[in-house]
Amino acid sequence: MTGAQIIFIVVALYTLGSALMVVTTRNLIHAALWLVSTLFGVAVTYALMNANFIAVVQVVVYIGAIAILFIFAVMLTRKDMRDSGPQMNKNWWLGALVAVLVFAGLAFMLSGWSGFSKVAADLPSGFDSVSLLGEALVSPQAYVLPFEVASVLLLAALVGAVYVAFNRK
Amino acid sequence: MDWTMWVEWIVKGFVLCLILLTGFAYLTWYERRALARIQVRVGPNRAGYQGLLQPIADAVKLIFKEELTPGHVYKVVFILAPVLTVVPSLVLAAVVPLGTSFNLFGREITLYVADVNVGILYLTSIASIAVYGIVLAGWSSNNKYAMLGGIRSSAQMISYELTLGLSFVTAIILGNSMNMIDIVNEQRGLWFVVIQPVGALIFWIATLAEVNRAPFDMPEAEQELTAGYHAEYSGMKFALFFMAEYQKMIVISMILATLFFGGYLGPFVDQVPLLGPVYLFAKVIILLFGMIWVRATWPRIRYDRLMSFGWKILLPLSLAIAFITATGILLADVLNNQLFFWSIPVVSIIALLVAVAFIYRDLRRKSHGRI
Amino acid sequence: MLLEYIAIGVMILVATLIAFIAIGLGGLFGPKKPSAEKDTPYESGMNPYGEGTRRMPVRFYLVAVLFILFDIEVVFFLPWAIAFRQLGLFGLLEMVIFIVILLIGYVYAWKKGALEWE
Repeated sequence: MTGAQIIFIVVALYTLGSALMVVTTRNLIHAALWLVSTLFGVAVTYALMNANFIAVVQVVVYIGAIAILFIFAVMLTRKDMRDSGPQMNKNWWLGALVAVLVFAGLAFMLSGWSGFSKVAADLPSGFDSVSLLGEALVSPQAYVLPFEVASVLLLAALVGAVYVAFNRK
Repeated sequence: MDWTMWVEWIVKGFVLCLILLTGFAYLTWYERRALARIQVRVGPNRAGYQGLLQPIADAVKLIFKEELTPGHVYKVVFILAPVLTVVPSLVLAAVVPLGTSFNLFGREITLYVADVNVGILYLTSIASIAVYGIVLAGWSSNNKYAMLGGIRSSAQMISYELTLGLSFVTAIILGNSMNMIDIVNEQRGLWFVVIQPVGALIFWIATLAEVNRAPFDMPEAEQELTAGYHAEYSGMKFALFFMAEYQKMIVISMILATLFFGGYLGPFVDQVPLLGPVYLFAKVIILLFGMIWVRATWPRIRYDRLMSFGWKILLPLSLAIAFITATGILLADVLNNQLFFWSIPVVSIIALLVAVAFIYRDLRRKSHGRI
Repeated sequence: MLLEYIAIGVMILVATLIAFIAIGLGGLFGPKKPSAEKDTPYESGMNPYGEGTRRMPVRFYLVAVLFILFDIEVVFFLPWAIAFRQLGLFGLLEMVIFIVILLIGYVYAWKKGALEWE
């Protein structure tokens, strides 16, 4: 095993462990914090794959914005955050079974893929993924249409949020 | 990857943290002395020569204070919150280049912890993590003042983060890179503050709000919130919040100096690389004085005005600045005419004046409308 | 590149260590004299009443929603800002369209009073 593989396994275990804590912990704010920890683990995984930009965006958008929104939402809805009540209902084993089956199915399918056991080639030196991404975003040969449509999507979300929150006036 | 590398990383990390810790201690002294001067007082001058030992006395006092964890708080998060506040303030400095590099026993030591090609984005990500410490401190204290202060403060921080991000965009456009070292090297001819003075100003205002400094120190509003999110904290845990604020002041001045004021550049820095940190230090001292000066002169802004200032003035203005810069550079590139390049500062200042006129009109209308 | 991230990881560990050492120092040397008064929430000396944590106004939640949307805009902005010199005026135009669409929502939010704090 190489050093990178060991790091990957440690990070993957950390991410999965945090994800497990999200669904098992009782306190909602603690669950949100474990979610942050999971998202951070995912960001580290991206960094391990040399996807710098995506790794940092993961932190900025998911941890810095979306998880903050979750915490705000919890504070908005709950008066008492000392939560009680069971974490699991009686069908929990069914959910676990489905999860294991999905994982097994995905692993089986991916093992048939030729790239599954390949080691990624090193990036050529001077490879600037961020600049290439910027070019791809607005170049007509690449992603200009999804890029502009994303803006419409953001607009819809913005108008929707304002409408829901302020329509009573 | 050999073991000397690990040693280098650990040593660098420790040294940078220690620099910031010392900087924090002496920034408190600097601030108190400067504030006192502005208010025609003397300030702390008893402990040691000119009061230079005062920060050490303060630290010792705080260590020997009772570490109170009140019974009504959510304990784990209550202890985690100050840590989550102080760690980003230290880690933020990792990508800021203090200088180029020098030789130590035949080994080339670079004067930065990490040279990340998405350096600026890294800064935004760490800045966005810093919100957690405050919102969690407010929540876990289980106290009305702390809760209000925490939420107010976090809403303020995320609002001004947008402006901060857009000012970063301006710096990236000017430097044509996200790498802090490239941006510094790009300023060899001309500091970016000359091309984009308004961009630097907006960045500075946004960072004042990010670190909750006066006049944006809403969360600490003593009169209404009795210190806000850290109302229940005492001893070392309180000191950590304090530490985070002052370290962020230092780091943010370092970033501002790096992005707009030429960073470690200065005369003879290429011949003597160790001059780099000295120049950066001098620039940081001057920028910090600006922050202290603002604190001494400006009253605290009311919360509603603070939020509308962020959303209605700064956000559009920073967007406009980013576009003005991009358009100016592009037109100068395409038409090969330097005149367009030099129109950037002019048009930016006009945009700033328009914004100021808006604020003025709004304030006048409000004061005529009521009372 | 990975090495630089490990360096940052080491720095994070060092910073965390320092923070915990600081808290530990306080716990080690500070006196411990608990009393019933110290355990109550601080409410300017009055007897505390009601819950400590209460539900917060919906306005803050809305600010967080607006923040996410504009944050994503900023994130789109950053790679463009690096590449825009190669892209030329066409790239600038694309970005202007992107922003103008978002600005419609911004103006709507302004008119609806979502940016007012009264």
